Amino acid sequence: MTVASAPTVTARDEALDMSIKAVPVRHYGQWLTAVVVTVLLGAFVMALAQNENLDYSIVAANLFAGPILRGLVVTFQLTAVAMIGGVLIGVLLAVSKLSSNKVLSAIATGYVWFFRGVPLLVLILIFGNFSLLFDTLGIGIPFTDIMFVEVETNAVMTTFVAAAAALAIHEGAYMAEIVRGGILGVDHGQKEAAAALGMRPGLAMFRIVLPQALRMIIPPTGNQLILLLKSSSLVSVIAGGELMTAVHDIAAVNYRTIEMFFVASFWYLIIVSVLSIGQRFVERRAGRGYNR
Amino acid sequence: MSGKGNMNSTPMVIAQGVRKSFGRHEVLKGIDLEVNNGEVMCFLGPSGSGKSTFLRCVNRLETIDAGRIRVDGSLVGFKERNGRLYDLTEKELARQRSQIGMVFQRFNLFAHMTALENVMEAPRHVRRQPKREVLDRAQDALARVGLSGHEHKYPAQLSGGQQQRVAIARALAMDPKVMLFDEPTSALDPELVGEVLDVMRGLADSGMTMIVVTHEIEFAKEVGDELVFMDGGLVVEKGDPRQVLENPQQERTRRFLRATATV
Ligand SMILES: Nc1ncnc2c1ncn2[C@@H]1O[C@H](COP(=O)(O)OP(=O)(O)O)[C@@H](O)[C@H]1O
Ligand SMILES: [Mg+2]
Repeated sequence: MTVASAPTVTARDEALDMSIKAVPVRHYGQWLTAVVVTVLLGAFVMALAQNENLDYSIVAANLFAGPILRGLVVTFQLTAVAMIGGVLIGVLLAVSKLSSNKVLSAIATGYVWFFRGVPLLVLILIFGNFSLLFDTLGIGIPFTDIMFVEVETNAVMTTFVAAAAALAIHEGAYMAEIVRGGILGVDHGQKEAAAALGMRPGLAMFRIVLPQALRMIIPPTGNQLILLLKSSSLVSVIAGGELMTAVHDIAAVNYRTIEMFFVASFWYLIIVSVLSIGQRFVERRAGRGYNR
Repeated sequence: MSGKGNMNSTPMVIAQGVRKSFGRHEVLKGIDLEVNNGEVMCFLGPSGSGKSTFLRCVNRLETIDAGRIRVDGSLVGFKERNGRLYDLTEKELARQRSQIGMVFQRFNLFAHMTALENVMEAPRHVRRQPKREVLDRAQDALARVGLSGHEHKYPAQLSGGQQQRVAIARALAMDPKVMLFDEPTSALDPELVGEVLDVMRGLADSGMTMIVVTHEIEFAKEVGDELVFMDGGLVVEKGDPRQVLENPQQERTRRFLRATATV
């Protein structure tokens, strides 16, 4: 730690003489893998490029077609709404599950158990056909006929609302576990220090614990967002109007299914790439205040 | 030069028959103590003797199984009405804790906040005092612990000694009636212990009532008004720090002091 002996000139010369000229280990395996993979990949790309059943002009013509771009916008809207909803539900569930209120905790546990168990596709189908279950929705006093507000299910449950709700509710179950993990990862001393200063548990949670949990919550949340974006394509089964629905609609007319799937893949790849870059940026910012 | 002499004899903290168990393990077996206003009480004792647990009972970070603790006349954790005890609500408990400062062995500064934000947090969001006023007082508090110029550093950018001084400033910002210190220098490199003890000495001089768990014998001798030696959940011996340290009456105390002296 201390400067016991400052390096003298001779010591430094000696260090120079001892500079390293070692022969690095040759990674033959790595070379071999690279060659094999290149050959295989090349063969596959050639097979696709020369495939006479594929008409690339159709892919090109549809990439920026109006319905596709409109579908893209709906995909963004759906993902954004479902993600915000999912995060809110997730935080609420995580805090409930960790609270001393046993009823809240049980509800949160039940929610996560149920909505992680039901396949997203099934959930979307149920929400998309909600009017088969209940033809009206309303607010009233349970077990009585008194209703304050009542509306036709189909008037509120548009496909967009149904799709967004299904995605958000599903996302909430996963976010709950991520947020809970983040909260548990924060040093217990932080909560004690907050309590000792007179902060009530709720205040300590939102001002002290959650902001620090964010650092652990953000990376997996980025993955969830990417997953959710792609999962939104499932909404096409109820004609949710997003990118995949648009792709299906066009394919139903031009019978160029594979070409249209290429169009979809192109856009999903682009968006996911942009999101991944954003994710890295946000992760770096979330590290503020921590030594690294 | 110390907290000695400026005490008057109204008790700030009173513990009567305090008992506490974790499961079947009884950690506090009936603690009776009084800390007068402006007095510095130091706790000494082997690891696991219940010093931290007692301190944590004083601000209700731990609940007690039997006995009573009072701070400035009010019962800690309960209210008494018609001879019955009622648990305090979260809100009342928080209010009570806001009047008792605590400094932890491992600092526990809020890692996502700067030094200044750490000190401002409770006055702003617990007391809801106006921002300007809080800012001024937070800067004063940091100056008081010798950390002017470090306001905008995050805990990770500060040395252990600096972090602990921020923690002291953070507690002081709430104008506590009493300050509890749980081995405030035990996690520090030896060369940083002095700066924290100096701050604590200054605090004692200013008349702050303090309960200090420490292994710093010299500090206890100089600053302490009373020294309590604990072992196995009981107070073995207490009295004037010099008396207890230089002329211990109990064999258990002698053995402990001999063992620590050889270290
Ligand atoms: N939260 C807890 N749960 C169970 N046992 C505990 C807990 N906290 C402390 N103890 C036990 O209580 C005893 C006293 O601990 P502590 O008060 O920390 O002692 P000291 O501070 O004197 O070293 C120890 O045996 C410890 O293991
Ligand atoms: Mg301890």
